Amino acid sequence: MFELLGITPQGLVAQLLVGLINGSFYAILSLGLAIIFGLLNIINFSHGAQYTMGAFIAWIGLTQVGQWLGFPELSINYWFALILVPLVMAGFGLILERTMLRRLYHLDHLYGLLLTFGLALIIEGMFRHWYGISGESYPAPELLQGAIPLESIGIILPKYRLWVVVSSLVVCFSTWYVIERTKLGAYLRAGTENPKLLQAFGINVPLMISLAYAYGVGLAGFAGVLAAPIFQVNPLMGSNLIIVVFAVVVIGGMGSIMGSILTGLALGLVEGLTKVFYPEASGVVIFVIMAIVLLIRPAGLFGREK
Amino acid sequence: MNPKLKLLYGILVLIALLLPFQDFIYLVFAMKVLCFALFACAFNLLLGFTGLLSFGHAAFFGTSAYITAYLCKESGLSPEVGIILGVLGSGALGYLIGSLAIRRQGIYFAMVTLALSQMVYFLAVQLPFTGGEDGIQGVPRGMLFGLIDLKDDVAMYYFVLSVFLLGFALIMRTVHSPFGQVLKAIRENEPRAISLGYDVDRFKLISFVISAALSGLAGSMKSLVFQLATLTDVHWHMSGEVVLMTLLGGMGTILGPVVGAGIVVGLQNYLANIGSWSTIATGFIFVICVLAFRRGVVGEIAHLFKNKH
Repeated sequence: MFELLGITPQGLVAQLLVGLINGSFYAILSLGLAIIFGLLNIINFSHGAQYTMGAFIAWIGLTQVGQWLGFPELSINYWFALILVPLVMAGFGLILERTMLRRLYHLDHLYGLLLTFGLALIIEGMFRHWYGISGESYPAPELLQGAIPLESIGIILPKYRLWVVVSSLVVCFSTWYVIERTKLGAYLRAGTENPKLLQAFGINVPLMISLAYAYGVGLAGFAGVLAAPIFQVNPLMGSNLIIVVFAVVVIGGMGSIMGSILTGLALGLVEGLTKVFYPEASGVVIFVIMAIVLLIRPAGLFGREK
Repeated sequence: MNPKLKLLYGILVLIALLLPFQDFIYLVFAMKVLCFALFACAFNLLLGFTGLLSFGHAAFFGTSAYITAYLCKESGLSPEVGIILGVLGSGALGYLIGSLAIRRQGIYFAMVTLALSQMVYFLAVQLPFTGGEDGIQGVPRGMLFGLIDLKDDVAMYYFVLSVFLLGFALIMRTVHSPFGQVLKAIRENEPRAISLGYDVDRFKLISFVISAALSGLAGSMKSLVFQLATLTDVHWHMSGEVVLMTLLGGMGTILGPVVGAGIVVGLQNYLANIGSWSTIATGFIFVICVLAFRRGVVGEIAHLFKNKH
């Protein structure tokens, strides 16, 4: 069958793996968007820029920070970055929410989108100003360099890519578990349904909202660190990705956490498959699917019609 | 119309007519402002008067720019025919994108238009006749109606000015017509408009198509003025810029988008020397507008006058 289509099974598996990796990024970013949207009712347009920022901070930590501080031998390695960067980004998100986004909750949702769009331009512009658009490379950590040969099907699996898929799946599903299966998650869901009532029960809803935003931004930062060794760290990496993620969100429907994870992964795979069978269309296939889904189910695959 | 306002419009038109007779303002810059002012006015028809935030208007601006540029350069059509076909093209695209997008509301609407316009961007990168990264360059301005040579900047300026005034008048006419009143009703309270028996989706779609076609008109003019159509015209940054112009000038006001376009194009011209700072500055203006003065320049002034009386 493969010979008939002119594609080797190795090629197919390789593209599916690439698709799965892209899908993991779509999933983790649209999950962050879904959480932020759920509680704040804001489409975080700066999500892509925050992902870029995560990747840049990791890169700066690895290569620059020692010189800045006067200890050239000091550098923050990948594993520290994986923990530190999401925390830094979450702190950044907390400040943004407290100083800016908070002022917009009583207004039309569109203002949130416009504000975060402005923030995205500022972040993107600053990295472009400092580092140009050529892109910096970030080596994968030693532990994850190299590949695992799978002789039975004749392909080699790069370790780092496998790690990206596994770790993002773990993060996505544990987030899903916390939100859907724990008491904290129950509060969060109640906060999206009826914040006033929840406040009457003595729960600090504004704090919860701040933390939810911080968590979402932290997720974007985490995705940025994961992406750094795969893609070039450059100022535009996020703005190109975020539009695809928006399409993923529209296809999946904003309401559901599981929906954003599954849609993200599935669309990554679809994109990978398109690259095998009809490479020219791989850039637009997600948007085509979006158009079809909108025609059939305007609320998205997992969304509820309001 | 209020006689004072009439006087103001009269003075503005007079200034615009006299512009070629001075040395302070470069004519090509004035034409650029006019093109973007028309674009922003067309966008404002949708955002300010119908309440729909489209984040993909670059698709219409760019499509029309590409069509006009291609037809005038490769097929040797005259500029007026090139423009008309460009406008028809972007109007048809507006019908397609609009009928899909109005199925969702609010932020979803914005995201859908953004994603669909990104599809147009991909097409502009890949289709054989768009010139890929280079775009279509060296577009001839041609002879208008076979009579007026547009190579001359003054002739081109008067042509752009008349097209702008025509577009502006059409938008004013639309806004003040019964149709425009229905659009405002939809903006203010959509469920009520539905319960009054209006076919809201149809009104939204018509407004979307008019806005798309006029955005296309602006794009066509721009491709003739600068004699090129490039990926910048269809990139989503362009969609963001037109939102900024409208927001900065004052959405839902008639003159706001014109003022906003003037400020943004002016800023870009002066900030062009400092490279990436222009993106940063644009971002800051966005943030300040949203946080501090949501009415925009014209909106704030109008508000000031209203409070006085």
